[in-house]
Amino acid sequence: MKSDNSWQPTASLDLIKRRAVLLQQIRDFMNNRGIIEVDTPILSHYGISDPYIQSMTTVEVSDKDTQLYLQTSPEYCMKRLLAAGSGPIYQIAHVFRDEESGRRHNTEFTMLEWYRVGFDYYQLMDEVGELLNGIGLETPDKMTYAQSFMQTVELDPHTVETKLLQKNVREHGWETDSEDRHALLDFVFSEVVLKKIIFNKPLIIYDYPACMSALATLKPGEPVVSERFELFIAGMEIANGFNELNNADEQLKRFEAELHTRRDRNLAEPPIDRNFLAALNSGLPECAGVAVGIDRLLMVLSGKDDISEVSTFTLGTN
Amino acid sequence: MATYSTNEFKQGLKIMIDRDPCSIIENELVKPGKGQAFNRVKMRNLKTGRVLEKTYKSGESVEGADVIDLDLQYLYSDGEMWHFMDQSSYEQYAADENAVADAKQWIKGEEMCIVTLWDNVPLSIAAPNFVILQVSDTDPGLKGDTAQGGSKPATLETGAVVKVPLFVENDDLLKIDTRTGEYVSRAKE
Repeated sequence: MKSDNSWQPTASLDLIKRRAVLLQQIRDFMNNRGIIEVDTPILSHYGISDPYIQSMTTVEVSDKDTQLYLQTSPEYCMKRLLAAGSGPIYQIAHVFRDEESGRRHNTEFTMLEWYRVGFDYYQLMDEVGELLNGIGLETPDKMTYAQSFMQTVELDPHTVETKLLQKNVREHGWETDSEDRHALLDFVFSEVVLKKIIFNKPLIIYDYPACMSALATLKPGEPVVSERFELFIAGMEIANGFNELNNADEQLKRFEAELHTRRDRNLAEPPIDRNFLAALNSGLPECAGVAVGIDRLLMVLSGKDDISEVSTFTLGTN
Repeated sequence: MATYSTNEFKQGLKIMIDRDPCSIIENELVKPGKGQAFNRVKMRNLKTGRVLEKTYKSGESVEGADVIDLDLQYLYSDGEMWHFMDQSSYEQYAADENAVADAKQWIKGEEMCIVTLWDNVPLSIAAPNFVILQVSDTDPGLKGDTAQGGSKPATLETGAVVKVPLFVENDDLLKIDTRTGEYVSRAKE
């Protein structure tokens, strides 16, 4: 046989051990705060309707007509546990997102997700900071999404005219006539704002535009913003958290709107998770939750710039 | 020509950008967890050699460029065009001065070159990595000075000028690295 090294792990043995240390630190942190570890299924009959996230699917050998979905996050099952009265919970889970592969993306990756009953997103931002301290990182600075735009591109993301936004986008390398504000804002934020911010320490950005809400509550006011935050370290997105929407009717409306967008874009339309909606309907306690990319956190802690260097194996090598 | 969607982008793919053929050097996914995915693409314009960066919304598509690399033998130059031949099909291709810009100073005939064709016309020529050329003019050599130290210019039979050690004399055969334009060693016939 030809000698071939492609069976080897893509991460060094040191980093595989470093991951074990990080996971232990996280479990100790959660345990010390009385947050219970849970383990929910990866497979579901329901997928995600968010048009920006694509589920992977599989079938049972005995029933090829029934599509099963691999979770893109453990969110729905965990909220069903919360509605059932679990109290604060966390999970370290493998999640799957189709069409996401690159230096900072692996189709299958490890997510830490936790929920705090009775917390609002401000309290949860503080707890994220405390977790960072617990693993040897600094307490994050905070600024709103609007402030991040004002400081770097001198535009107010909530009120800027679409035309002006387009102009800024074209100046930075995307030739487009798109009037999709979500996409235009995502481009400016990823390609301009995050590159201009100087990251001396971790940074939490909060109060996102209402169009970027997904499963977050909205804060009334002018402008209406989404009660949502994200954590960035060295310019890389690490975590996403928010006040959890617990109004089943509003959630159903958003799912239907998302499925409509999916139809317009010729994307698959997975069935809406009725169990999740039923749980919301029966009463999800006021809570806030956050998801943290463990692989990226490990990249930050070890100074690596490719996710394969912190993963035992990637889809490309397995 | 086919079009390629961003999810087919990879290193080496040849695409048309502003009517010029380009080769992808780097393709990076930029995607917020809950937001629009983009491909940030770094590419080389194969006509000018310049590197440029563009961003596409994931799923957008771009026209492919009909660009291939062939191993062709260099035949001769008529002063205006440089002629190459495919040794299996005997098909000949004529390259203009632009295409041979860098290679022409290293080739004198019969060398196998990598010729990049765009729509079947030579776009660029890569000389062999190493060539053996005769010295046509250099200052007289210093006898016995075969050790290191010192160099002088020498003009080769193709007109290229390279830096050579002091002991090199007229009519010597030299091995040259065409990628760096540097003298490697003296060569036997």
